[in-house]
Amino acid sequence: MQLKKIKGRVSLATCSLLQIAAPLAQAEGSDWDIDTAFLYYGESDGRVQAAEPAIYAGRNLGDDDRIDLRLVVDVLTGATPNGAHASTVPQTFTTPSGSGSYTTPAGETPLDETFHDTRVAAGADWTISLDRLSKLILGINVSSEYDYISAGISSTYSRDFNNRNTTLTAGIAFNSDTINPVGGVPIEFAPMVKQDLTLNRSGSSETKTISDFIIGVTQIVNRKTIIQLNYTFGMTDGYQNDPYKIVTVVDSEGLPVTGSESSFFDTPVTGNLPYVYESRPDTRQRNALFFNSAHHLTEDVIHFSYRYFWDDWGITSHTLDLRYRYQLASSYLMPHVRYYSQDAADFYTHNLKLGTDVDATTGVVSKQDASNDYRLAKSVTTTLGLKYGIPLSNNSEISMRGEFIQQAISNDGVPAGEETPDLDAVVLQVNYSLVW
Amino acid sequence: MKTVLLLTIVTLLGGCSSMGVEPWERDLLAKDSMQLVPDYFDNFYDEHIYFSKEASSGGRGVGGGGCGCN
Repeated sequence: MQLKKIKGRVSLATCSLLQIAAPLAQAEGSDWDIDTAFLYYGESDGRVQAAEPAIYAGRNLGDDDRIDLRLVVDVLTGATPNGAHASTVPQTFTTPSGSGSYTTPAGETPLDETFHDTRVAAGADWTISLDRLSKLILGINVSSEYDYISAGISSTYSRDFNNRNTTLTAGIAFNSDTINPVGGVPIEFAPMVKQDLTLNRSGSSETKTISDFIIGVTQIVNRKTIIQLNYTFGMTDGYQNDPYKIVTVVDSEGLPVTGSESSFFDTPVTGNLPYVYESRPDTRQRNALFFNSAHHLTEDVIHFSYRYFWDDWGITSHTLDLRYRYQLASSYLMPHVRYYSQDAADFYTHNLKLGTDVDATTGVVSKQDASNDYRLAKSVTTTLGLKYGIPLSNNSEISMRGEFIQQAISNDGVPAGEETPDLDAVVLQVNYSLVW
Repeated sequence: MKTVLLLTIVTLLGGCSSMGVEPWERDLLAKDSMQLVPDYFDNFYDEHIYFSKEASSGGRGVGGGGCGCN
């Protein structure tokens, strides 16, 4: 019984935003496993702050069938970069609704401070034991936030071989997302306009579909080691812009364009500000090769994983993750190190040049796509964390962790004074699990 | 890259038949601390945070849900 549970859990690993394997403390018989958690995530410099309570409940249904349920609430506030870069002159922007404006002082990265959202996400997985060696997991997920709705289904099949030392997994998932941007959907490469003018928008919503596939093998190597290798392939079709992100149009001096250089961007006359809405391809194919392992020492356990990611936007990345579970008498400490490195997307650009990329008279952008979203830039993210967990009784455990995240955005070739600043963030989390 | 991927999978599958343990040797593997996902919520939150801040996703599995993630 115990072995079967283990195989079940290791075979699926799971998730990207995404669904995860069931929590650790699983109830025998028909008891409910209840896990609750609270996360605080805070970025420096007044940027995004998030509070995220979550609850998970799961129980066995007999015959090795199982149901797992989860509910997450995500409350977000703070400021987020609007895509324009810092400049030696003050910059004024219009809020997404078009009814307000804000000015960023010279030398500072422009942040949209109207950003706030509450997201509610719920999901369920039904594990069906097909026979002694194979099972099927059917999943459903829905989430809703102020400007975004997502719904998805998934199905994963796994089968044990080799005296149950090897598990092969194959899965498929579909998601349908709808975005309803504040103020409507911006027209790609159209200029942001002054407050209270007619916005350059086309319709109120856009959609995209996401298809994901996985094949994987999990292998027990020996009494102390288990490894896993997954390949996932994903396709996204539809609207993939960030509707709140713009790109600065600059003159030969590197300053935001004014009326003296371009009749189109002559703001007092045309109302056009020297910023255009970003544009990304409407298709994307993603690949990930993921290795995961757990190794038992005398008392302690090492968890190590590595992911190589590549897509047809020109992004490649490496993710290394190491957790060391240091066993104390009855409790444990778990230091955590994560290292992530990515290359920039092909269409990532610091800004658009008047005359070269943008016609001075018509404002037409000659590029296919362009975005200055820092998440598409070349970057390195480093995480250091520490977790402490202690059993409170035979059927409950509490744990807490703190993590520091630093994301360094490459500023290669970026003029002084226009750099994208590093992002520092802290994570504080408490978990409480109970068999009820 | 695709060749490396294929070779890795073939090698791993080929090596699988010589790996493994007998049923009575699974004591350590059965411990909660030996699960490939050490903690449900740690993993859940990490996936959410890094999906929001980085351009990569996937690898661990499929299904789950989407977000606007600014």
